[in-house]
Amino acid sequence: MEIINDLLLFLPATIVAIGGLTVMMLDGYKARSRTIYTTTMVFLGIALGVASWDLLMQAPELIFSDMAGAGGTAAFGTFIVVFGTFFTVILTHDYLIGVKHNFPQVYPLLMFCTFGMIVLATANDLVTVFVGLETMSVCLYALAGIIRDKRLGVESALKYFVMGAFSTGFFLYGITLLYGATGSTSLPEIGAYTDGGLIYWGGVSLLLVAFMFKVSAVPFHMWTPDVYTGSPTTITAYMSTAGKTASFVALVLILDRAMPFIATELTATFSIIALLTMILGNAVAMVQDNVKRMLAYSSIAHVGYLFVGLAAGSVAGYSAVLFYLLAYTFMNVGAFGVVAYYEKNHDVHFNNVESYAGLGYQRPIMGVLLSIFLFSLAGIPISAGFNAKYLVFSAGIEAGLVSLVVVGVLASAASAYYYLRVMVYLYFREGKESVSLIEPKKVYSFSLVFLALLTLYFGVVPGGVTEMIYGYFSDSMLTATAP
Amino acid sequence: MIGLELYLGVSAVLFVIGVLGVLIRKNAIVVFMCVELMLSAVNISLVAFSASMGDVHGMILVFFVLCVAAAEACVGLAIVIAIYRNNITADISKINLLRW
Repeated sequence: MEIINDLLLFLPATIVAIGGLTVMMLDGYKARSRTIYTTTMVFLGIALGVASWDLLMQAPELIFSDMAGAGGTAAFGTFIVVFGTFFTVILTHDYLIGVKHNFPQVYPLLMFCTFGMIVLATANDLVTVFVGLETMSVCLYALAGIIRDKRLGVESALKYFVMGAFSTGFFLYGITLLYGATGSTSLPEIGAYTDGGLIYWGGVSLLLVAFMFKVSAVPFHMWTPDVYTGSPTTITAYMSTAGKTASFVALVLILDRAMPFIATELTATFSIIALLTMILGNAVAMVQDNVKRMLAYSSIAHVGYLFVGLAAGSVAGYSAVLFYLLAYTFMNVGAFGVVAYYEKNHDVHFNNVESYAGLGYQRPIMGVLLSIFLFSLAGIPISAGFNAKYLVFSAGIEAGLVSLVVVGVLASAASAYYYLRVMVYLYFREGKESVSLIEPKKVYSFSLVFLALLTLYFGVVPGGVTEMIYGYFSDSMLTATAP
Repeated sequence: MIGLELYLGVSAVLFVIGVLGVLIRKNAIVVFMCVELMLSAVNISLVAFSASMGDVHGMILVFFVLCVAAAEACVGLAIVIAIYRNNITADISKINLLRW
């Protein structure tokens, strides 16, 4: 049976979907919160195992009548998404108990959202991209406002919803025009079309605008800082890593498969977007006192670096983007995890950088972990963030975007200011009042230590992974050069 | 027989009305209605393209769009109710805790 075979190749998503339904039923039968959490972790653990197996073993192929893919980039995207979700759930459980809003509904929502992300990251057809993107977005709107009696959270959910639904309209219009021009919604078939024309270019631009909304590239970034500040901290970690990864993998797939012949024409547009995003993200991040908001602007800046890879329009650029997403997931989930730990020890508004004064000595391990993650985000050598930036920028140089890369490197150097500022407060300022931090749970600190170790590991030996990613694009229409 | 261009024209006009509505109107409910208008405008284009090419893929996508629009409206209205309970307003220009 072909459908059984396809479902087996799509196993991580299948497991996550069944897990989501199971957890929802458990909640309906009033199971204890602990049971629901454990069940979620079991399903996600199995899904993570299968996703890792796929990542290492599965050869690229198309499934469900060429609507989706398995292996290759699809397996890579699935792995990052499930990995990010796995750690998000560990952190979310602790965080929501800490802020005394332990809603069991958050687990099925996270699972369905993950399912949407996997569909998005494995899509090979614009219809699949649409369904995946919307499954993800609708769940994220609800997750952003999950703490319903906090004005800030609900307000950010409304903003996210309005901007998200608005961009969905553009996305859909883009699909429609591309379908009208090329007569197909399948990515390779759209890629085979070379006639151009008003309808085609209209479709391409609307599609790209909608994606820029979703990944929050300047000038479509307005919602990001608000949503990232207002949402529960661990959910922000989830949106900015797994959600962004899924959208970026889909964008890379669309650029690689559906628009290989216009890659050079898009370089100028992407360069401008990258330039604006890097400069604005870093500049505004410097003046933020709220750590969460600073991390939100920093995530906009990171989107700018990622767009340098897209602007390169080459196999090297696209594989650098995929590696960047992996590294970014490790360090950003970690950084938000520590921020969430500090936050839940006080109240939800405990995010001002000044209240971090002297906290580094209280629980030394948490201070060290936050420093590692922030060093990596700043792109300091021997961290995954450094290698990721190096790959993206070298792809830019290869494609002849020297001035863009120079700005990128300068912006990245400037970003060290606001990351190091947090550390200065952690270690070199006296705390005004004595704040006592409760000891973190073992699972919590172990997961963060694990993420930190991965961050350092990929800072030292990125080689194997980059070559593996490079191999995914071996049949790409783009001109391939050796890494 | 009405030509394809006419359908596309109507669809484009409706889409622009929807976009302007989202940008201009202040009431959250009206903003949702405008978003729905944008999606419906796209559906007209999809059906028109699909019929003129004799290809069913576009029409199938319309069903997905309808489902997604329903799901979005559901979550969106829930968020509006939540915000109304916290704020006693549905006017999005008064929902301004977060700036810069």
